[in-house]
Amino acid sequence: MNGETVSIAALSVQDYLLSLGIDPRRVAVELNREILPKGAYPGTSLKDGDSIEIVHFVGGG
Amino acid sequence: MPENNDKLVIAGREFDSRLMVGTGKYADFPQMVAAIEASGARIITVAVRRVNISDRNKESLLDHIDLKQYTLLPNTAGCYTADDAIRTCRLAREAGLSDFVKLEVLGDERTLFPDNQELLKAAAVLVKEGFTVLPYTSDDPIVCRRLEDLGCAAVMPLGAPIGSGLGIRNPYNLRIILDTVKIPVIVDAGVGTASDAAIAMELGCHGVLMNTGIAGAKDPVGMALAMNLAVRAGRLAYLSGRIPMKLHASASSPLAGLIA
Repeated sequence: MNGETVSIAALSVQDYLLSLGIDPRRVAVELNREILPKGAYPGTSLKDGDSIEIVHFVGGG
Repeated sequence: MPENNDKLVIAGREFDSRLMVGTGKYADFPQMVAAIEASGARIITVAVRRVNISDRNKESLLDHIDLKQYTLLPNTAGCYTADDAIRTCRLAREAGLSDFVKLEVLGDERTLFPDNQELLKAAAVLVKEGFTVLPYTSDDPIVCRRLEDLGCAAVMPLGAPIGSGLGIRNPYNLRIILDTVKIPVIVDAGVGTASDAAIAMELGCHGVLMNTGIAGAKDPVGMALAMNLAVRAGRLAYLSGRIPMKLHASASSPLAGLIA
């Protein structure tokens, strides 16, 4: 996850974001280098070996 | 006033301001918000970065920006390959609300000059995927023409290196670019003070984008207002048609009726 290895109980992407205190509307998620559309967060389960990127907007020029 | 009906049009969308501002390098969010308001900008740039999981207490940028008032322009700052820039744009579109992206693909860390070969490669893919692409580019008319041919919505040539504050170093190239492309030309990078922004607009550029010039000033809110006025003044001067430069004087007062 974001370049680090984490171990989690099997969860959907939606539940994982919420467990981290992240508002799913404010981020974008890439699962195994493919964009995961927001509507697919609740129905997508995370599996062993998945690579997930969670990004958001920060200040920039 | 001629200013009233003068809109910046990008990809068919109209904007009331020709100044675009960044959201980086501010002391805190309230200062950023005050500076953006003073700038009058309608388009603001943001960067796309990994969420910091270990520090979730940090406030989010979007908590401070009224998305009804502003169009976000996510950038690909820090990308050195077309692939990374494309990936960042796809994420930005999913995180945000629009297809607008400020595409930058950098060539090296010291100069932050664009790598135009990678830039053109990324622009071609992104336009095909339906993005509204605003590329940060060298002030090279040929590259700008290629970007236009690929379907970019504007070109954003640098006035000087990013964050340098050196101003408009090559006004002649900007003029050639303005003669070469039909899409909006927005000076991106290098603006250090109000006169730099005014010069860009007096040349006929359609807009100016800046971040450090405002955020790095001693009083960012004051400088934001200065830039707002400078962009409007420069645009009005351009629309109003300046007098030609002449070497010798020509009197403003009539010669007839002199008492001596």
